Amino acid sequence: MKSNIITIMKKEFARFFKDRRMVFTTIFMPGILIYVMYTFMGQGMSALYSSDEDFIPQIYAENLPDALLDMEGPVAFVTDTSAEEAKILLEEEMGCHLVAVFPEGFEEAVASYDLSSGTKAPQVELYYKSTSTDSSTAYNMMQEILASYENSMVNKFDVNQGEGPYDLASQQDMAGMVFSMMLPLLMMVFLFSGCMAIAPESIAGEKERGTIATLLVTPMKRGHLALGKILSLSAIGLLSGLSSFIGTMLSLPKLMGGQEGVDAGVYQAGDYLLLLAIILSTALLLISLISIISAFAKNVKEATSWVTPLMIVVVVISITTMIDSFKASSNVMYLIPLYNSVQCMNGVFSFAPNVMAVILTVVSNLVYTGACASILTKMFGNERVIFSR
Amino acid sequence: MREILVVKDLKKTFRISAKQQKLERTKEKVKIAVNGLSFVSYEGEIFGLLGPNGAGKTTTLRMIATLIAPDSGDVFVDGSSVCKEPDVVRSKIGFLTSELKLEEFFTPNYLFDFFGQLHGMEKSLVEQRKAKLFERFGITKFAEVKVSDLSTGMKQKVSLVISIVHDPDIIIFDEPTNGLDVLTAKVVTDFLMELKNQGKTVIVSTHIFSLVEKICDRVGIIIDGTMALCDTLSNVTREKCLEDVFFDIYAERAGEAS
Repeated sequence: MKSNIITIMKKEFARFFKDRRMVFTTIFMPGILIYVMYTFMGQGMSALYSSDEDFIPQIYAENLPDALLDMEGPVAFVTDTSAEEAKILLEEEMGCHLVAVFPEGFEEAVASYDLSSGTKAPQVELYYKSTSTDSSTAYNMMQEILASYENSMVNKFDVNQGEGPYDLASQQDMAGMVFSMMLPLLMMVFLFSGCMAIAPESIAGEKERGTIATLLVTPMKRGHLALGKILSLSAIGLLSGLSSFIGTMLSLPKLMGGQEGVDAGVYQAGDYLLLLAIILSTALLLISLISIISAFAKNVKEATSWVTPLMIVVVVISITTMIDSFKASSNVMYLIPLYNSVQCMNGVFSFAPNVMAVILTVVSNLVYTGACASILTKMFGNERVIFSR
Repeated sequence: MREILVVKDLKKTFRISAKQQKLERTKEKVKIAVNGLSFVSYEGEIFGLLGPNGAGKTTTLRMIATLIAPDSGDVFVDGSSVCKEPDVVRSKIGFLTSELKLEEFFTPNYLFDFFGQLHGMEKSLVEQRKAKLFERFGITKFAEVKVSDLSTGMKQKVSLVISIVHDPDIIIFDEPTNGLDVLTAKVVTDFLMELKNQGKTVIVSTHIFSLVEKICDRVGIIIDGTMALCDTLSNVTREKCLEDVFFDIYAERAGEAS
């Protein structure tokens, strides 16, 4: 009668895959949505922090030193307007991006200034408008110009003016850092939402509609029903999670503002295989947990609200990858459910996969799933669970 | 006559909620639904469990169908105990109540095959049964229509057909004609007679006197979870009609209670 597990799985798959709307909302939509959302977010962020490349800030300056006027730079100085008038133009955003006010006789004052005298150094005042991206850019550029002007007068030493590169982190390291911090959390959340979209419907929903009792009057063993449900729902939950994962991998480079090297290509096939093993076993465990909660609930609505605390637990556990002191210190820690999956994913994403840990994680997740399946079996045999409505 | 269903001293209690206790003005935390119920049904007969709502008919049938476990006592279905071999019992019976629903997303055709597989039937046998039963109940035309799009009567017919997909020898029906229009109700009662003529045993529960008088060979009157009277219909109705017999017993019981 082992084939009953297959029969149940086939039915669950038919229920899901023949429902085009469900396939679209559970499998395709999350991936597409994440791709579009991250791409837009990435574009929005880079637009926020960068101005047009051919943008030339208009800087209205009073008493501008000749040395600065002669300096070649991507800024345009306007010197024929008074500071007060220029400030109004800046406030109204009428073509003025920055107002720079130099004290009279600035160059002489700077030349004759003695640091040890204890008196205040000559001061340049820069007026800008932080809510305008262009004005902020102009402000930053002017500060750089002034800093190099100051340097050119009293240059005692330079920092990082040689050939470089000075940042020894490789592109791979960068990608690893970004991915290993974000992806375990995202992956867990995606998997969880995938599982949550189907398990309450399939368990609490069947109970609510009275269709599970129809299954229970057949000679099928309760355990076969539990296993058939868990296996098929996990496969669907996994597909949904993978869709979101692919959407993330494709759009993350865009979210990171097009940093080179931050893309899915930095990982090898072996890394992806380990990852697949981890998330498959995690999907099984999550589906089992959500199924048990759903079996307790009287209806889908109740199941969904009872599952929410579990979601919070999953998110909190997933954040441990961002905090060094919570990282797994011994292999035994890979027996802690959910935490083990998060830590293993972190290892794979940061190019330091611990194969032993992955094996421990997968095996322990399978054991936990087995335990959950037997709890679910008992619940299917319990009249108070099945007939509580 | 062979005893095919033996119900022995069946007892079932339910815990009741504090709210329900208040409503019923009782301090008892458990409600006795079935209290030491015993009866026997013979092969090839239609046995009717007659009783008012809340008498324990549905609970008894659910215990026979292994959906719920008795607190004490046992039921032997063709020799198999519901407590010890529930899987075997389930393979021998067909159970139908309006509470058992079909998944609305699927078609009668799909569901028939699905339940046939769960009963471990050969594919060819499933096809054979399907052709016969769908034809008999006029489902053939609707075989590929989703259950959600079927009329109530047609849904009921599909449920009926699926509950006997495996051609069981014992068919248990909880309130077989409840909520059905007269035409569908007639189709169902005719079919019950047909099953009997094929040598099957049918157990029905109902509160409708006319149904019992029309189809049952023997009747058991349940009041408050106990068997008040159990005999052949002809013996029970020798002097008075079934309705009068029932109300006499009921009045007697009510008198005892007060």
